[in-house]
Amino acid sequence: MTKTIRRSGERVRWWTYVLLGLAVFACLFPLYWMFVVATTDTATATRLPPEIVPGGNFFHLAGLVFTTVPFVRSVVNSLIVAGTIAVGHAVLCSLAGFAFAKLRFPGRNVLFLIVVLTMTVPTQLAVIPQYMIISSLNWVDTLQALIVPGLASAFGIFWMRQHLSTTISDEILQAARIDGATTWQIFWRIAFPLVRPAAFVLGLLGFVTAWNDFLWPFIVLKSPEMYTAQIAIKALQNSYSIDLGLAMSGSFLATLPLLVLFVFVGRRMVAGIMDGAFKG
Amino acid sequence: MTTTLSTRRAQAAPAGTTSVRQSITERIAPYAYIAPFFLIFAVFGLVPLLFTFYVALFDWNPIGEHVFVGLDNFTRLFADTRFWDAAWNTISIWLLSTVPQLLLALGLAHLLNHARLRMAVFFRMSMLVPYITSVAATTIVFSQMFDRDYGLLNWLLGFAGVEPIDFKQSVWGSHVLIAVMVTWRWFGYTTLLYLASLQAIPRAIYEAAAVDGAGGWKQFRHISIPSLRPVIVFTIVTSTIGGLQIFTEPLLVSRLSPLTCGPVRQCQTLTLFLYEQGFGQFQFGYGAAIGVALFVLVVGLATVNYVLSTRIRPER
Repeated sequence: MTKTIRRSGERVRWWTYVLLGLAVFACLFPLYWMFVVATTDTATATRLPPEIVPGGNFFHLAGLVFTTVPFVRSVVNSLIVAGTIAVGHAVLCSLAGFAFAKLRFPGRNVLFLIVVLTMTVPTQLAVIPQYMIISSLNWVDTLQALIVPGLASAFGIFWMRQHLSTTISDEILQAARIDGATTWQIFWRIAFPLVRPAAFVLGLLGFVTAWNDFLWPFIVLKSPEMYTAQIAIKALQNSYSIDLGLAMSGSFLATLPLLVLFVFVGRRMVAGIMDGAFKG
Repeated sequence: MTTTLSTRRAQAAPAGTTSVRQSITERIAPYAYIAPFFLIFAVFGLVPLLFTFYVALFDWNPIGEHVFVGLDNFTRLFADTRFWDAAWNTISIWLLSTVPQLLLALGLAHLLNHARLRMAVFFRMSMLVPYITSVAATTIVFSQMFDRDYGLLNWLLGFAGVEPIDFKQSVWGSHVLIAVMVTWRWFGYTTLLYLASLQAIPRAIYEAAAVDGAGGWKQFRHISIPSLRPVIVFTIVTSTIGGLQIFTEPLLVSRLSPLTCGPVRQCQTLTLFLYEQGFGQFQFGYGAAIGVALFVLVVGLATVNYVLSTRIRPER
C-alpha cells in the first residue's frame, strides 16, 4: 500500500464534478422553476421566451391561493396527520423492533418473517375494501382515516430492529433486568434513548411520506375543510381558471414547509437513509 | 449491586400476587409491543386485500345492491380494451421509469464514492430534494415544463430546430413525461442506497485491483456491481411493486380528463383505471376485479425480477 497507489486510486477527476453538478442542477431546477412560475402572472407563464427569473407577483398569487381554497386549514390538517404519524410511527416501530431484536418469546422468528413478507404485499390496489372499512367505521372525511393506517409499518420495524440489535448490547439489558427493571422500563429508559437518532430519522421519513401522500387522502377526504395540502393543490388545479401560476403557487407553498425542515434535518436524513438496512 | 439485588428479592417474595401478575405482564409484553403493527396490517392491509378477491365476484354498487355474478367481472375485464390499454401503459411507464433510474443511480453512486470528493454532503442532500417534493407538486411543475406551447423544454428544443412535441397528448410522450417525473423523484434516494453499499466495500479490494492494472470501469464492473447485489435486488423489487401502482402522476397530468389521463386514455395506469371504475363509476365489483388483475401482475413481475436479479453474479 504505497503512497502512489492511494493517490491515483482516490484522485477525483474534473468531469466527476461536472456530472454531479448536472445531477444537482436536475434535482434543484424544477423547484426553482416552480418558484419562478409561482411569482409571475398567468400572462408571463404562457409567453415565449419564458421568464427565467422570479417576478414580483408572489404575494398576489399566494393571496389567491388562500382565498380560492381553505389553504391554511389544509396545511394545518397536513401537519396534524404527518406529525401524528411521525411520532406514532417512530415509537410503535421502535417498540416492535425492540421486541424482535432484544426479547425472546415463542414464535418470534416466524412473526418477524411475516413482518418482512408483508413489505412485498401491494396493498394500495385494495383501496376499494379499504374504503369500505373506513366507511363502516364512520371515518370517511376524517383525519384519523389517514392517521391510523400509517401508525406502524413493516419497513419501520425492520429498520428499528436493525438499529436496536447493533446499538444495544445484551449485557446492558441483563444488568437492568437484574436491577429489577420491567421490560417496559428497559425499553423506555434504556433502549429507546439509545436509538433515538434512528427513530428520529424514521419519524422524518414517515412525516415526508404522510405529507406527500395523495391517493388515500384523495379517496377518503370529501369536504374542503378536511383537505390536506396535496388535495388542496389538486383543487387549485381544478378551479375555475386555467391559472397555472395559482396551481404552482399552491404547489410551492405546500412544498415550502418540507424544504425548510429539510434545511435543518436533511443531513441527518441522508445519514439515516445511508445507515439503513443495506450497509454491508 | 448484590445488596440491591437481595433486597429486591426479599421485597418481592412475600408479595406473591403482584409478582405473578407482573410475570404475566412480562410474558405478554413482547406480543403487546408487536401487536399494533399486526392489528393495523390486518385491518387496513390483509383483510382489504382478501376482501378484494371477494368483492370482485359481485356486481357491487356502494349504495345499492350487491349481486353474486361469479367470474363475470373477469370475463368482462379480459374483453375490455380499456383494461389491456391500461395494463400496457402501466408496464411501459414502469419500464421507462425503473430502468433509467437504477442505471443513473448506479453511475452517480459510483461518482459519489470518492474519499476525497469535495462538497460531498451538498451533493447528497441535493439529490434527496426531489424525494421530499410531493408527487402532486412534481407533476404540476413537470407538466408545465413539458408543455407543447409554453414549456421550457420545447422552447429549448426549438433552437435545435425540433418541432414542438406534444408530450401530454401522445402515447409515448405521456409515458416518457410520467417516467421522467418518477425517475426524478426516486433516483437520488436510490443513489444514496447504492452509495451506502459501495462504502461498505473495503478500499483495499479496489487498491489490489488497481495494482493488478484494473481501471475505473473494470473496478466498477467486477467489484462494485457484484457487491451491490443485495441492494440492487431490493431496489428492483421495491420499484416493481411501487412502479406498477403509479396513480397520482397520470391523474394530475391531464387537467381536462384526469380520470382517464387524457381523451384517449393514453397514459391511464391500472391503478387509475381501478379508481375510475370504483370511485368514478361506483362499480366496486369491477374495480375490485381490476385490483385482482393488478395484484397478479405485481406479484408475478416482482417474483420474476427477484429471481432474475438474484442471478447477478460476479463476471468471470
